[in-house]
Amino acid sequence: MKTNVLDAEGLRRTINRLSHEIVEKNKGVQDVVLVGITTRGEYLAHRIAKKIAEIENKNVPVGVLDITLYRDDLRGRLDQPILKSTKILFDIRGKIVVLIDDVLFTGRTIRSALNALMDIGRPAMIQLLVLIDRGHRELPIKADFVGKNVPTSHGEEVKVSMSETDDEDAIYLIENGRKEKKQ
Amino acid sequence: MKLQSRHLLGLDGMSKEDITLILDTAISFKEVLGRPLKKVPPLQGKTIVNLFFESSTRTRISFELAERRLSADVVNFTALGSSVSKGETLKDTARNIEAMKIDMVVIRHASSGAPHFLTRVVEANVINAGDGAHEHPTQALLDMMTLREKYGKLEGLRVCIVGDILHSRVARSNIYGLKTMGVEVSVCGPATMIPRNIEALGVRVYHRLEDVIPQVDALNVLRIQLERQKSGLFPSLREYHRFFGVTKEKVDRAPKPITIMHPGPINRDVELSADLADGPHSVILEQVTNGEAVRMAVLYLLGTSN
Amino acid sequence: MKLHLKSGRLIDPAKGKDVVTDMLIVDGRIERIGQSLSADRSFETIDLKNKVIAPGFIDMHVHLREPGYEHKETIETGCASAAEGGFTAVCCMPNTNPTIDEESVARYVQEEGRRVTGGLVDVYPIAAATKGRKGEELAPMAELSKAGAVGFSDDGSPIASAELMRRVFEYSSMYGLPVIQHAEEQTMTKNGLMNEGLVATRLGMPGIPPIAEELMIERDIILLRYVPHSKYHVAHISTAGSIECVRRAKVEKLNITCEVTPHHFTLMDEAVESFDTNLKMNPPLRTKDDIQALKEALRDGTIDVIATDHAPHTIDEKEVEYAQAPFGIVGLETALGLSVTELVNQKYLTLNQLIEKLSVNPRRILSLSVINIREGEAANLTIFDPEKEWIVDIQAFKSKSKNSPFHGRRLKGKAIGILNNGKMYLAK
Repeated sequence: MKTNVLDAEGLRRTINRLSHEIVEKNKGVQDVVLVGITTRGEYLAHRIAKKIAEIENKNVPVGVLDITLYRDDLRGRLDQPILKSTKILFDIRGKIVVLIDDVLFTGRTIRSALNALMDIGRPAMIQLLVLIDRGHRELPIKADFVGKNVPTSHGEEVKVSMSETDDEDAIYLIENGRKEKKQ
Repeated sequence: MKLQSRHLLGLDGMSKEDITLILDTAISFKEVLGRPLKKVPPLQGKTIVNLFFESSTRTRISFELAERRLSADVVNFTALGSSVSKGETLKDTARNIEAMKIDMVVIRHASSGAPHFLTRVVEANVINAGDGAHEHPTQALLDMMTLREKYGKLEGLRVCIVGDILHSRVARSNIYGLKTMGVEVSVCGPATMIPRNIEALGVRVYHRLEDVIPQVDALNVLRIQLERQKSGLFPSLREYHRFFGVTKEKVDRAPKPITIMHPGPINRDVELSADLADGPHSVILEQVTNGEAVRMAVLYLLGTSN
Repeated sequence: MKLHLKSGRLIDPAKGKDVVTDMLIVDGRIERIGQSLSADRSFETIDLKNKVIAPGFIDMHVHLREPGYEHKETIETGCASAAEGGFTAVCCMPNTNPTIDEESVARYVQEEGRRVTGGLVDVYPIAAATKGRKGEELAPMAELSKAGAVGFSDDGSPIASAELMRRVFEYSSMYGLPVIQHAEEQTMTKNGLMNEGLVATRLGMPGIPPIAEELMIERDIILLRYVPHSKYHVAHISTAGSIECVRRAKVEKLNITCEVTPHHFTLMDEAVESFDTNLKMNPPLRTKDDIQALKEALRDGTIDVIATDHAPHTIDEKEVEYAQAPFGIVGLETALGLSVTELVNQKYLTLNQLIEKLSVNPRRILSLSVINIREGEAANLTIFDPEKEWIVDIQAFKSKSKNSPFHGRRLKGKAIGILNNGKMYLAK
């Protein structure tokens, strides 16, 4: 059972709104940097940067963060997660880092990302932006910018497709019957 | 994706997929090494013992740094002044250490097969840091990483290993690993130092550097050990340097620049001239950095796999 | 003791006999041989249908380790191992401590053998050729010969000096006893751990070149030609090249013989890839081509004898890194099984020829009496089942040491029992 939560148009408008929110909350984009969590967080970050450039006529730096080394579930998995690359080519010291991910679920991914960012540098502030907040937090993590709140049950899966890597831009809610751990 | 074995004993028989996994993972760790804070947490709480029965400062330091940067707890055991010099066997040493609940062992030993023996005696993951003249897998892996970095690929490259192949574990691991990855491998050295039947490993044998230099992209120059001269394998260092030493005038005759590699430590102006070691085509220092990354990758892949 | 051996297949190569027959043995003497004999109830009947009765086997290359290394093996446990393997006699090598280089030690091993086995297994000493096996001075060969030595050897080591080998040949020729050479040119084999070849190259192991064995055999043959009344026997021959040397010398009718171990015609150097120290011996395991040459040489008679080079070592000694482990494996209890499986069943030898290699030939080389299987003669017999399939279990070995690479191996052919000097042993 597959329900469309957001279609391509919806996604475009949401990204538009989120980009405006970032600029508004930070009263501009001075010292703002975007860090997307691999994989889809990265594509989101680039799209938002593009939109911000349209709005403010300024280029905001974009970095990619792979949190595999910081996962709290590295051991005890049957398969080892593939290690991807972190690319943050600018100094994050003193910056406002907008951490970007597609789905916020238990909050463990964000916890890992926070630890990774702290090991890379000392930002002035970290703000969290997520496209979808599906509830069921297991850690005290809260997003500053939310694209859409989608209440879910554990048996459901939120599937985000982005045309950079999937067939289309769309977000689906899928009923599974088995608990999917989203990381 | 994980490695097929829970140990890293050698590259003889390791699949292309496993080698590629290690090299790809090492790239991520090289990025970590570029950060101001070079420490990451995946091996937190793991205890690793460096069991070094042969003295080797640089390899041990390289492993130790890699282990600490992965947040593991490290214990160093060197043979001199230890229970081994009092006659304790490898088996007992290993069993005792394991009884202290360690997770991984990195072992360097003068006997071929010592790491294999260890896997029969302890439960921990075993990493071979060099066993006799048999294998030194992390060295060959870092050599391959360096070549892949420089040329963008390994397949189709031509590499010659120069020196005392007979006694070299670096040579053997390189031969096994490079051949698996599709590299054309040759060796060059005095006939007394080339093992019998080495051609059966798929390797061309040269006795003159002049013959091999026009045919290769990279030279991996091995250290010549003085003791070999005493056991009658070559007459003098001077003769060795003149005919088998890699020097600028020999290398300059190549049609395009040749990449110079060396596992270290270098006997400057014996097997390799100083100007080449420090020259623009030397990747020797890159090898050292890549060694860190490769060892972190191996420790990470094995340490998080069970 | 009165025994009725029923319907056994008597194979006696010395008499060219191969016939199913009964035997009555009373107090160690063969009373009657004949078809379907009857015996009263005072006789213990043993049904030997499809089993073979042969002249007693002798292993002419065994390390009994006593005196001096009793933690590895004693004369008692070594002889128990021999009996289990179907041997009624063993020749023990002199690398004990003290060395068998003087009368008292030579007499000791024989007497101790008699004492602990009650005569079931005869122990014949092979004495050292040089004092202390040091390769410098001649051992008192005359005295040793009188004291019961059946041959001379520095085994473990070669007699390295050409001059000394010549003198050993000359001196021993007075007593008609063979000089048994462990052929190894040691200047070439220092630190060697396995056969020098492709496998050693792959494993980065220092090699023992096959020519190290061949060089010494060729040299000894030249010496033998020079001192023609001596008798020369090559211990544990292992390479195709060595076989060629012996073959040529035999064509010349020189007094040369040789022996092969079962592990040399069974296992290849490739097996060492596992770094199992039970594959480490000297001479080392060789290549497929060498094995083929050894088997052919057994078939055409170039190799006269199968002898085990039974070399016990304790678990602690063997369970170390390959380079540190001592050379050698035990072999008394697997010899027959390996010989039947690898030679008879693969059609290199008939049972008759196998028995020659295990009994008739070694006895002749050592100038021991021929075993006469005739009415009135003392019984010295090996009884075995050539069809018996069994799996080697080192824990069941009678030997004190278990250093064998054959644990778990399926073999065909097993000894059932032996009779000698009025005593009998039947395997369980």
